[in-house]
Amino acid sequence: MLTRREALFGTMTGAATAALLTAVAATPANAAQPPLADVGKLPRERVTLVSPPFVHAHEQVAKGGPKIVEFQLTVKEQPMVIDEDGTVMQAMTYNGSIPAPMMVVHEGDYVELTLINPETNEMPHNIDCHAATGALGGAALTEVNPGEQATLRFKATRAGTFVYHCAPAGMIPWHVVAGMSGTIMVLPRDGLKDENGKPLRYDRIFYIGENEFYIPRDENGKYKSYASLGESYDDTLKVMRGLIPTHVVFNGKVGALTGDNALKANVGETVLFVHAQANRDTRPHLIGGHGDHVWELGKFNDPPAKNLETWFIRGGSAGAALYTFRQPGVYAYVNHNLIEAAELGATAHIMVEGEWDNDLMAQVSAPAPIASL
Amino acid sequence: MRLMIPTMIGAAAAATALMALGTGPRATPQQPVSPVAMVAVQPGSFDFRLPGEYLKANWPVDAPKRKVTFDRGFVMMKYQVSLADYGACVADGACEAHEGASRSADAPVTGVNYRDATAYAAWLSRKTGESWRLPTDKEWAFAAAERLRDDALGLPQDTANPATRWLARYAAESGTEARDAEPKPRGHFGENSKGLADIAGNVWDWTTTCYQRATVDAEGKVEHSTENCGVRVLGGRHRSYMSTFIRDGKSGGCAAGLAPDNLGIRLVREPPTLLSRVTRLWATVAGA
Repeated sequence: MLTRREALFGTMTGAATAALLTAVAATPANAAQPPLADVGKLPRERVTLVSPPFVHAHEQVAKGGPKIVEFQLTVKEQPMVIDEDGTVMQAMTYNGSIPAPMMVVHEGDYVELTLINPETNEMPHNIDCHAATGALGGAALTEVNPGEQATLRFKATRAGTFVYHCAPAGMIPWHVVAGMSGTIMVLPRDGLKDENGKPLRYDRIFYIGENEFYIPRDENGKYKSYASLGESYDDTLKVMRGLIPTHVVFNGKVGALTGDNALKANVGETVLFVHAQANRDTRPHLIGGHGDHVWELGKFNDPPAKNLETWFIRGGSAGAALYTFRQPGVYAYVNHNLIEAAELGATAHIMVEGEWDNDLMAQVSAPAPIASL
Repeated sequence: MRLMIPTMIGAAAAATALMALGTGPRATPQQPVSPVAMVAVQPGSFDFRLPGEYLKANWPVDAPKRKVTFDRGFVMMKYQVSLADYGACVADGACEAHEGASRSADAPVTGVNYRDATAYAAWLSRKTGESWRLPTDKEWAFAAAERLRDDALGLPQDTANPATRWLARYAAESGTEARDAEPKPRGHFGENSKGLADIAGNVWDWTTTCYQRATVDAEGKVEHSTENCGVRVLGGRHRSYMSTFIRDGKSGGCAAGLAPDNLGIRLVREPPTLLSRVTRLWATVAGA
């Protein structure tokens, strides 16, 4: 069992901390950056984050010049139900959701992120933003103990979808697989473009955060529950080391995006699917649809791949796929390791309304007894 | 016939005495059978929506309804077979282990497939000397009474857009309540008007009825049908169809549909027949 005291102090001595400090010291100043005073004069915008699978309101094409965009994330350590059988995981989250909320800015904007770790928590936390440059993605400048907060500013220099996650010394994978990962989307200032540089737009975003969980079982094979985060640590780590997850889910829970919570769209609408996995490779696929334009690596200044059936998201990255729905129906959006989709939970449903296109597909003859020749 | 009546009464009395002792003629002694609470479903009739899929002029339509009458009624388990009940069958070596998430012995057994359910019925019949079986879909629907959800969509036949029915089916089966698939202690979902507990709760009941696909003519008369007994009907919050070897409804569902939360067992007890009474009496005499 890991106690709060050990979590706070035990890991702060030793090589890991030294490595962190070295990394901070070694981060060079960027000569091209405007003086701090000038950055301070930029217009500011404060954004209130919304829970996944949705994304806060934003412009697809930037209006005006760079600005400072303020976000706030509050760490919430809390038990969360992760499947329909009521299995409870001692989770760690940013803002209470798995995945953490998506933050959207434009290339050249400054992200100003305040991380709050309330006194009621057990663990130290921080944030490593893959979109940021230096200080372990900001992790070395944001390590906050319970009762502390810190604010980091970084310049969004590269357009694309990027994972962010917690990375406290000695406990990184545990914090990540317990739920602490999210996505920052840095849009090109002039918006998304196809392979010929023509503008692309979306009518809505579905932000699919995929997580895999490692829940210990008791001697009868039933999932165990724990009274606290610290008590879950030892057993969970053993399961994690086996590398075989017990759950692979979208939006934090088996069935989180099905049934009453199924996503909705209409024929003719263009949806940007942003798919993030902070720890493990995955392969999204829209059953009965395609990826019209896909930034598999998530980086918007690369020309998008076209007409994909399945796209590959490397563990520790986020990718984006643009699709215009052409047929109505109930679509399944899955991790096309179908065992993970059907048995472990990685399935979302999209209810799409609209007119059927008989040219694209028609049932020539309905199922009936085999005709005799 | 008149001559036989005293014999029948005698046999029935012997059978009753045996039941009171809790030992059937072929019972294996290892595991005692707990008394089973039963509900007598009274005779009656109702409009029954046929199970399966129906096509009219090559397009899916709601299944036709038929008036169904039970002249004699039937006797059904008040509660679903519990984890403890099923465990006794497993301990006797007559049932395979379940795969469900039930936590308390009192909760219904879940994670059982059709073959497990029929194995349990056969075991219980052996233990008690009575005749236990799964209900038919028709019996289940009649017993469910006001908890039966009509699975008709009531849509005008749309020959231009097959997705209309898919979307309507999905929306109908989603319901509006937050889904909680965790099996609950017996009685959690209350009783229906016929006194059956937990019927159409979050554990579906296997029935013996096979899946069928049928074509109907303009008047709704069945022209031909194809039966697939590798897939059986399950009674529950919405009627479901599962392959006989599936134990977890969520795995057995299709990619874009809504599957049952859990699969369980609720049996019907056949009234003793003359033959069964004589057989039991004979076994008793022979064994004595």
